[in-house]
Amino acid sequence: MRKQVNPIKVKTTNFCVYYGTKQALKDITMDFQEKQVTALIGPSGCGKSTFLRSINRMNDLIPSAKFKGEIIIDDIDVFNSSVDVVQLRRQVGMVFQKSTPFPKSIYDNVAYGLQLNQRITRSELDDIVEQSLKSAALWEEVKNRLNDSALGLSGGQQQRLCIARAIAVNPDILLMDEPCSALDPISTAKVEELITELKSQYTIILVTHNMQQAARVSDFTAFFYMGNLIEFDKTRTIFTEPSKKETEDYITGRFG
Amino acid sequence: MNKVLLTTPIQMNKKLLGFFAVASTVFAVVVVLGLLISMMGSFVIEGFPHLSWEFISQAPRNNNQEGGIFPAIYGTTLLVLTMTALGVPIGTITAIYLNEYANPNSFFSRLILFAVNSLAGVPSIVFGLFGVGFFIQFFGSGIDSIFNPTKVVWGQPAIIWASATLAVLTLPVVIISVNEALKSVPVSLREASLALGATKFQTIWKIVLPNSLTGILTGSILAIGRGAGEVAPIIFVGAVYSMPDLPSRLNDQFMHLGYHLFVLSTQSPNVDKTIPIQFATTLILLMLTFVLSLTAIIIRSRLTKQSQG
Repeated sequence: MRKQVNPIKVKTTNFCVYYGTKQALKDITMDFQEKQVTALIGPSGCGKSTFLRSINRMNDLIPSAKFKGEIIIDDIDVFNSSVDVVQLRRQVGMVFQKSTPFPKSIYDNVAYGLQLNQRITRSELDDIVEQSLKSAALWEEVKNRLNDSALGLSGGQQQRLCIARAIAVNPDILLMDEPCSALDPISTAKVEELITELKSQYTIILVTHNMQQAARVSDFTAFFYMGNLIEFDKTRTIFTEPSKKETEDYITGRFG
Repeated sequence: MNKVLLTTPIQMNKKLLGFFAVASTVFAVVVVLGLLISMMGSFVIEGFPHLSWEFISQAPRNNNQEGGIFPAIYGTTLLVLTMTALGVPIGTITAIYLNEYANPNSFFSRLILFAVNSLAGVPSIVFGLFGVGFFIQFFGSGIDSIFNPTKVVWGQPAIIWASATLAVLTLPVVIISVNEALKSVPVSLREASLALGATKFQTIWKIVLPNSLTGILTGSILAIGRGAGEVAPIIFVGAVYSMPDLPSRLNDQFMHLGYHLFVLSTQSPNVDKTIPIQFATTLILLMLTFVLSLTAIIIRSRLTKQSQG
């Protein structure tokens, strides 16, 4: 068995999030290896989505949210005042639980991020759109109808479109917030397969309610409970020999 | 056993109440429809015979007792289009500010909302006085004193000021319609855009606004419906009873169907002779309003179909 230790891509130190006076995350210290899949699991309300959304500073949108501590990507704290949050979000892509295709054509959806700030020729755009759709395992299904509305795609296809859209801007890190929870089993399987392929290029952080999914797809797993990071280890270890009782209780379904 | 239940006093009262509710609703609908039909009917019956190609395309003759009302049609159309061009963008921008940028609890945004709601209740003639005082005497004269100190160019009744006055009058309806449309764009769509590295402005311009077009058009339709028929606000601000040419510049005065009707029925030397003209003018005004609104409705439904791809 190969022991693979990749460089650390994202590192958090004593990271806390408060919504008003309520503390949603307590002193989260962990790191994410480059080009690996790390799953965040835990019961509803444990803070895993809050944690995910802090990494690309989507929590900035919530007026009552305050934070403490650091999240460091490539040696830069994302909360540093010199960081351009727009640039950050291009480096850190996000796929949401409910697929949100824009009411535009399939092509325009994937091209959206690219057309924001860069001058890019039509042929370069075509290439990147094709490449992204191929990486998202959607190209074959849509290559003849790129100008059709994205809203006409099925749920699973829409989610893969959102993945294509996110990787089109060439992020380093991909945050996925329960990407399969609204999908049927077949689409879920396709997306899981996709995640396994994508990790060769992107660092993936995946929030999931589905423990089997975490076990199937991720290299590392972090178990959150009530805003605390209870245990963080290689996935195999978490699921076969967890060291904390709460972890074991959650994994065996004693609560959830 | 059921027959007994249905005829107990409480059950009978409930049935009676139900019947009465339906009956009074039907009665109200009949009354309203009846009024509408009889009004429209009288316009059509009295006015239609006087309609002719000459009437629509020619200018008035013989002190407005003969000829056509084309200049008034032209003036009304120009007025409504200019009003829409002024009012819809300003209303849209205001709604965007209120919905996207302002903190809903801040004093400033509550003040704006209060102003919008109050504006909606102001009588039309007050807008007319505002038009004279602010647009003509303050704004227009101010422009004149800077650019043309010796001449009166903008400081006089003009179609631009009448359009501006009507734009102010219809602003609440535009703001409220656009605001509703903006609110109905899901937060998830905005978040998806921001997560891709768009700024807030880019998100509004590329995602939120295109998805609010139906609301913007609805606001326009409502504004057109209201603005095309208002007469009091434009009496002193630019409308005239007769003029030799069509308005060709923004600071020209103009003829207007509603105003024309008002003067015909109160101040013409021989009111009786002009009654057929009055009815025909009314009919044309209604048809014009209908055509303008219908155009906007068609545009809106085309855009809705397009975006539902």
